[in-house]
Amino acid sequence: MKIVVCIKQVPDTNEVKLDPVTNRLIRDGVPSIINHDDKAGIEAALQLRESLNDGSTVTVVCMGPPQADVALREALAMGCDDAYLLSAREFGGSDTCATAIIISAALKKIGYDLVITGRQAIDGDTAQVGPQIAENLGIPQVSYAEEVSIAGDVVTVKRQYEDRYHIIDVKTPCLLTALAELAEPRYMHAGLIIDAYEKDITVMGFEDLKDSINPDHIGLMGSPTRVVTSFGKMPKGAGTILNVDADEAVKAIIAKMEERHII
Amino acid sequence: MAKDLFVIAEQRDGHIQKVSLELLGEATKLAKELGESVVGVILGDNIKDKAQELIEHGAEKVIVIEDPMLKEYVTEPYAKALTAMIKEYDPNIVLFGATSIGRDIAPRVAARVHTGLTADCTRLDVDMNEYFDYLHVASNADTKAIEAKLGMDDKTLKMTRPAFGGNVMATIRCADYRPQMATVRPGVMKKLDVIEGATGVVEEFKVEFTPEDMNVTIREVVKATHKAVDITEAKVLVSGGRGIGSPEFFGTLQEVADLIEGAEISSSRANVDAGWIARDRQVGQTGKTVRPELYIANGISGAIQHLAGMENSECIIAINKNDTAAIFEVSDLGIVGDVKVIIPKLIDALKAYHEAND
Ligand SMILES: Cc1cc2nc3c(=O)[nH]c(=O)nc-3n(C[C@H](O)[C@H](O)[C@H](O)COP(=O)(O)OP(=O)(O)OC[C@H]3O[C@@H](n4cnc5c(N)ncnc54)[C@H](O)[C@@H]3O)c2cc1C
Repeated sequence: MKIVVCIKQVPDTNEVKLDPVTNRLIRDGVPSIINHDDKAGIEAALQLRESLNDGSTVTVVCMGPPQADVALREALAMGCDDAYLLSAREFGGSDTCATAIIISAALKKIGYDLVITGRQAIDGDTAQVGPQIAENLGIPQVSYAEEVSIAGDVVTVKRQYEDRYHIIDVKTPCLLTALAELAEPRYMHAGLIIDAYEKDITVMGFEDLKDSINPDHIGLMGSPTRVVTSFGKMPKGAGTILNVDADEAVKAIIAKMEERHII
Repeated sequence: MAKDLFVIAEQRDGHIQKVSLELLGEATKLAKELGESVVGVILGDNIKDKAQELIEHGAEKVIVIEDPMLKEYVTEPYAKALTAMIKEYDPNIVLFGATSIGRDIAPRVAARVHTGLTADCTRLDVDMNEYFDYLHVASNADTKAIEAKLGMDDKTLKMTRPAFGGNVMATIRCADYRPQMATVRPGVMKKLDVIEGATGVVEEFKVEFTPEDMNVTIREVVKATHKAVDITEAKVLVSGGRGIGSPEFFGTLQEVADLIEGAEISSSRANVDAGWIARDRQVGQTGKTVRPELYIANGISGAIQHLAGMENSECIIAINKNDTAAIFEVSDLGIVGDVKVIIPKLIDALKAYHEAND
């Protein structure tokens, strides 16, 4: 079985700040990481490969700038078999719809039985690319995967909802989107780290995919959605702050509750 | 021409989810600005009798799509039905709740009809003046530049959402494709007061399914056993952060909640991660978004991910030892002090208040 995991390199969002004057993201010095859900997807894929133990492989695919090869090397060092970087100027500025078009075009070339993506990326939080890849490939999707196992060509998934879960059987080819809970990622393997830097990463650019992509549907200009503006949130403006003894404080709280018709 | 605002109502076991009613409320406001109508769409098996509930919450028309295939939520039958519906009715705007169902179905449908979709929105605007009023208060965005780009007559949907873990807000538009689609975060929009006896058109829409459309097999449906408390429904939230010091103190906060009608206890993520309280009580970016009439933050520092879930509360009271805690920046009333001293006194004061006034 050929398992393909799609990963995204993201800034560690905790540390991303907006320049208060230009409203641009300050990315300098912000570390890049493999998106959490995607890393759980890699781990799940590796575990499935181990459980199958029949020559199945795990391929990892990342769309991004050339620097994103760091993420792919990390995936190789975790134990993935091969890696593809989808990188081209034409791809820049793509929204989720355009991104899914590019990745699915690449997946058609690479081949797949089971595709795993993270549920969502911590920078955009959209959760859209996985389902949209599945749609473009015309295969079923099961998103919010919390547990997964395989028997023959049937993938069994515990699919999480807010108030329930479903146990779902789906036949390959299919796509899953992984929750971070799906699997606790292993550490990179020392031996594999060295190998990872010797392995070739296949780079696919626009030329490699153009026969199956409509150029009007990718990149900034081909994206149906556009950002009008981005901005930092302004604090709402503090009200009264009291530094008084506890009895006074309680009186103020009760008064506020009365004023607001809470009591 | 694409017209009207369609709200895809989410039902689970025949119960319309609150977010769908919130969306009808928001759509009603936007529909006025556009001079268009609000249409509710409901899918399921034997679900027609739920149409009236949508009408009482603002839908002028309800499209009912019934089929045994739609009984439990499964991506493909739902995607097929909604795509056919969109082709037939040509909506201007389609809104979904940003739930684990909405966020599964909406991208699939958007890709199938090839249009834009904006995820997890927390604000929607059509009217430019209203949008600018919001930007002026909430941001330092350059509205002159936006005006130059869009003009003041723009009537596209301006979809605003947090990105980068809540550190950044972005407004997104889908100018060239229809419908304009968005998923909207539960708890941020306001539902209308029920319009008793409201009337509207109910239309049935038939979709032809084939057995292949059911391309997965649901082997088991397991519902959460404990009745989950829904903190998004609470009128008042008495919330505890790491500063409460021990899991037992949630018991003390519960005493406060018991003395206030409609109050529940909630928590920051720190205490949830520590196992002091169930995850369904967590407020914030990775928890629930709440907007109660009163939010009392006890020993919560006010991390951006926490604020993202509660800063739209109508009134915020914060108690914190540290007079520079970020929570004070969003508070209507900030008390610098020790929760362990103040809360027991507050319990006494509330008891005394009830004795004197009830
Ligand atoms: C991706 C991501 C998502 C996250 N999502 C969420 C989320 O959804 N919700 C959430 O809440 N957090 C979330 N967090 C975590 C968030 O960043 C903070 O770590 C968390 O909110 C801190 O919780 P706290 O305020 O309870 O604790 P702390 O930050 O430790 O604050 C404790 C506060 O209590 C005060 N204090 C201590 N003792 C007393 C006392 N006796 N009386 C009065 N005050 C006292 C202190 O002055 C301090 O301000 C997320 C983080 C990440 C990285």
